[in-house]
Amino acid sequence: MSFHPKMAYDATFHKSSRELEEEGPEFAYTAQNRARFDEIVKRYPPDQRRSAVLPALYLAQYQQGYITANAIRHVAELLGITRADVEDVVSYYTMFYTRPVGKYVINVCRTLSCAINGAERVTAELSAKLGIKPGETDASGTFTLMEVECLGACDRAPAVMVNDAWHECLKPEDVPRLVDDLRARGERALSGCFHVVEKT
Amino acid sequence: MEPVLTKFVREPNSFTLDFYLKHEGYEALKKALTKKPDEIIEMVKASGLRGRGGAGFPTGMKWQFVDKKTEPRYIVCNADESEPGTFKDHLLMERNPHLLVEGCAIGCYAIGAKVAYIYIRGEFLHVQTVLEKAIEEAYARGMLGKNLFGSGFDCDVYVHRGAGAYEAGEETALLESLEGKRAQPRNKPPFPAVVGVYGKPTAVNNVETLCNIPSIVARGAEWYAALGPEKNGGPKLYCVSGHVKKPGVFEASMNITLRELIEGHAGGVRDGRTLKAVIPGGSSVPILLPDQLDTQASFDAIQKAGSLLGSAAIVVLDDTTCMVWLAENLLHFYRHESCGKCTPCREGTDWLYKILRRIERGEGQMRDLDMLQSISNNIAGRTLCAFGDAAVTPVLTTLKHFRHEYEAHIREGRCTLPAEWRARQPVGAH
Repeated sequence: MSFHPKMAYDATFHKSSRELEEEGPEFAYTAQNRARFDEIVKRYPPDQRRSAVLPALYLAQYQQGYITANAIRHVAELLGITRADVEDVVSYYTMFYTRPVGKYVINVCRTLSCAINGAERVTAELSAKLGIKPGETDASGTFTLMEVECLGACDRAPAVMVNDAWHECLKPEDVPRLVDDLRARGERALSGCFHVVEKT
Repeated sequence: MEPVLTKFVREPNSFTLDFYLKHEGYEALKKALTKKPDEIIEMVKASGLRGRGGAGFPTGMKWQFVDKKTEPRYIVCNADESEPGTFKDHLLMERNPHLLVEGCAIGCYAIGAKVAYIYIRGEFLHVQTVLEKAIEEAYARGMLGKNLFGSGFDCDVYVHRGAGAYEAGEETALLESLEGKRAQPRNKPPFPAVVGVYGKPTAVNNVETLCNIPSIVARGAEWYAALGPEKNGGPKLYCVSGHVKKPGVFEASMNITLRELIEGHAGGVRDGRTLKAVIPGGSSVPILLPDQLDTQASFDAIQKAGSLLGSAAIVVLDDTTCMVWLAENLLHFYRHESCGKCTPCREGTDWLYKILRRIERGEGQMRDLDMLQSISNNIAGRTLCAFGDAAVTPVLTTLKHFRHEYEAHIREGRCTLPAEWRARQPVGAH
């Protein structure tokens, strides 16, 4: 199972065989995002605006939930590069979604240290609780389940990342409670990263 | 050894500028600015500091190689930390971000750069928030920006967020990604020291490497070199994970042995279990066996023992681990992360994964073992970057030491370890 929603590894796996992004609704940054974009672009040399493509795409994704062809066009115009250049980047990096995802995207780390501490069972429990397979979104659009490669939280395995926040040491038996907790309290249900000692 | 990099990480508010200043923060930068840039490079060379990202290349040499005739020059800090088993830079950036900022500023001064980019992996948004706050504080108090401490030296530090690509940890792929392209490696030479980001001379350094710079400047190269064995000086962060009681990041000198790290600091393997194998430097390096535990955990000693220290990510495996499953798990990783630029790696990792999965499911044949060997030999050394070599290592090393497990899978048509030992236990087993 691949992280990228569009890649079905077990069928015909090839990175270049992919569908184009859907057109989507008209897209332009909100005034706030536009101001943020203008600020980010200043970090790079004036003739290297293309460097801002990753932050620009993040802004689009946070604004709209996923990246559409219209969002790609908007980013390309602002950076002065072609749409193909932007699509090239979108299709390569796994953290950009090209179709709608749930309110909470649950990414389960499946690599070695998490795997030997029960990550596969965490995924199986999540799958059973949510009624969806990895790569799918539930009918209500609340949860998307993904399996991802090493998150870099190997000492607190198994680790999951929900949207951009971490939850560490997730035992398979605690999965149903975490899902209920997420529904009730949102991202506050997550443990975060254990290094934070100031948290009350 | 008294911790140098992680001394204060467990203390409240250790990430704030006030806390950092109370503990001699930015004194090294002030001191560095009174010296000539070449003196700093000489100092780093004399300290013997070796890159902490994986290759262990001397940092002073790297800085010296930076082409000083071309302007502008750049420092790019590799904070992509994505080697499976590695989680040390995360701790440094989240709990001691000003140390990295100071290291970046001194690095910029040494090679004559005015801008440092910190390329952080996309999954570390919570770390990035802390780091950006620290940079903001440093600007507000004159530790970054124009004319630092009246020296006339200007320095800017920016954070650049990646978006989920292991390959971005390779230095030239990282530069491509920073330029707004796919993270795919470049042909070398030219090396980044001559043609780096935006075609300009660039020094690419790991987070932990740059965090070592302030202490070298403040306390001297001799002090630093004396902390560890010859050519392996300074403090080192070790990440111990896997089947141990107390996984975590431990700081020690490289005089320490693997046994002290695993049985001492990390509390040893779980009760009732025995050690089966150790991966000493992240998923890309050969495994070591229990009788090699007394090896010193230094770059040179581990290499002599037949493996590599890499990013010092020690993954401990006990007797419940099926080695065929382990290879399958890691090849799933490498297949997914292969950037697709070089054919042997893109296609070969897929083949390796499919064969391993077949064997693990009990559908393998004896000739598959020769096939694994042959595919691996056709990937290693035939790719632009070290990814190809890294990807075949889990296959070759498990075949070398645990060939009998592969043969048992094929003979019996199943994994021969007791079912309840397996990582993939059925749902509802609890």
